[in-house]
Amino acid sequence: MDQFLQLIVAGLATGAIYALAAIGFTLVWQTSQTINFAQGEFVMLPAILVLTAAHLGLPMGVAFIVGSVAFVLLFGFGFKRFLVEPMQRHGVLPLAIATMALSVLIKEAAKNGFSAEAQPFPSLVPDGSVSVLGAAVSVRDIAIFVVAIAAILGLQAFITHTRTGRTMQATAQNPTVARILGVPVERMILLTFLINAALALIASYLISPVYLAKFSNGETIGLAAFIAAIVGGFNQIRGALAGGFLIGLIDNLAAAYVSSAYRTAVPLVVLVVVILVKPEGLLGRKEERTV
Amino acid sequence: MSRKLNTDLLIILIAVPILWFAPSGLKSYGLYVVSLWLVMSIAAMGLNLTLGYAGLTSLAQGAFLGIGAYATAILTVKAGWPLPAAFLVSTGLSFLVGVVLGFPALRVKHHYLAFVTLAFSVVVFLVARNEQWLTGGVYGLANIPRPVLFGTDLGGGLAFYRTVLVVTLALTLVMWWLLHSPWGRAFQALRENPLRAASLGVDIRAYTLLAFAIGSAFGGAAGSLYAPLVEFIDPAPFALSASFVLLLTVVAGGAGSFFGPFVGAFFSYMLPELLRATGGWYLIIYAAVVLVLVMVSPTGLLGLIDRWRDHQSQRRAAAIRAAARPTLASADKPTLENQGAAP
Repeated sequence: MDQFLQLIVAGLATGAIYALAAIGFTLVWQTSQTINFAQGEFVMLPAILVLTAAHLGLPMGVAFIVGSVAFVLLFGFGFKRFLVEPMQRHGVLPLAIATMALSVLIKEAAKNGFSAEAQPFPSLVPDGSVSVLGAAVSVRDIAIFVVAIAAILGLQAFITHTRTGRTMQATAQNPTVARILGVPVERMILLTFLINAALALIASYLISPVYLAKFSNGETIGLAAFIAAIVGGFNQIRGALAGGFLIGLIDNLAAAYVSSAYRTAVPLVVLVVVILVKPEGLLGRKEERTV
Repeated sequence: MSRKLNTDLLIILIAVPILWFAPSGLKSYGLYVVSLWLVMSIAAMGLNLTLGYAGLTSLAQGAFLGIGAYATAILTVKAGWPLPAAFLVSTGLSFLVGVVLGFPALRVKHHYLAFVTLAFSVVVFLVARNEQWLTGGVYGLANIPRPVLFGTDLGGGLAFYRTVLVVTLALTLVMWWLLHSPWGRAFQALRENPLRAASLGVDIRAYTLLAFAIGSAFGGAAGSLYAPLVEFIDPAPFALSASFVLLLTVVAGGAGSFFGPFVGAFFSYMLPELLRATGGWYLIIYAAVVLVLVMVSPTGLLGLIDRWRDHQSQRRAAAIRAAARPTLASADKPTLENQGAAP
């Protein structure tokens, strides 16, 4: 029972990270039909940028700011402006393939430009554990969960309660009509890319102290984010959120109770079952096929 | 269409003797690189059928390469089979697994299909890494024998390269025949408009499964040649990124064009070997070049050539028009243009 509780908390913490990445993934898909195969690398990179800035002799606080700003500029604004925008007219697949090339590029650049070895990343939360119902639960896990949930709730509040947020929703649901109604569609799309970068940034700073900063971290996180987004429902933020937690829990429970060697395979099986049985995702809307 | 079809055969006819004799002066590393190019071209050719002609996005070709390579390695090393028999069984096995993987393709398309095949790739990789009793796990399988045919040892660098070339030629001709048979037309109909294809009586289920299975069989065949080529296999070359690179290969060469896979494989597998002198940076250069290429020309390198050719013929036409204009104009009265043109 103790172990089970620990696994649940750890699962919710990893799930919150997956949810952050999956929500960004979903947002970008909704507003601009971009399938970002580099999403995992987006979560890997900010920590590497911060460490690079720190290696150049900047104090840690400044390094955080420099790394964050550089990342949002490059992979929020730059990604939208210089990759997605020119590629969009070619359709979904060429753009997805371009993001695949981008993922290889980021990964190799991080490996050669920074380090091939895992590097420690400073944690904002002290190590240790507290006793909850007799089980020792890691403070870090709780902190990850709380911060991620706060970010997601903040985003949700922004989207549903502010004018800008609602215009963004309109853009996602029907860009043509939104444009007719005077919504600055391009600016709204850019905003979703900036939000995506910001979410990736938060996820990166939360997870890197646990898993260390390494160029290959993006593979696992990216995969989990795709699975979470699809299982939950490709076109729903709450779907991505639910999917993230579900995959985080499955991941941790499978590692303990099924087989640690095949822990990656279990969420994949869930993915395949969901795609085959309910392709629109557990909470998703159906998208009609056009002739 | 029929002229196009003859050009394809003509190119094969010219290329094969060149490829047969040209590398004879190469050292073993050079022979390895050109052999690798051909092997990967076979895998890319299979994916080109699935993706380029039938329009099914697969991220599993690297996994089929792995299935073919492991099946061949296990059959030859552990069971002591001769390589040709292992080749046939590996190819057949990949075909069967391809049929099974084709079933999800009946239900979902595009990016969903990409994700299902991606899941399959990861599972294949995990099996290769974890089932040590069968695959040797991370230690891999070593001493994979090269072929001996009718008492002739084909294990030397050049002899093995030529063996690979013969197999590549055979598979290229099979692919050519396939694409120009009614099946090939049906595959393309599947890509262009599945609903219309269905209404015209094309059995979508059967052709989707076939497109997947044949594409996978080519992947398996390539893997079966890859194993004796490198003589040692471990799970690393068949990870998910292998499938990504194969997809990029097909797109970079030109998805849906017959020689696209060869051009793409040259670009993805030979160029990095040539760029190895740059140390760890060659993958970065490669990824950057692919990124720019996909952005500039989503139809790949061959698409770029086509566009250049169109551009040239347009310019020629423009030149002809320009040359014709003075004579037309002189019938009227002298214009500024032909005054400038005539000295």
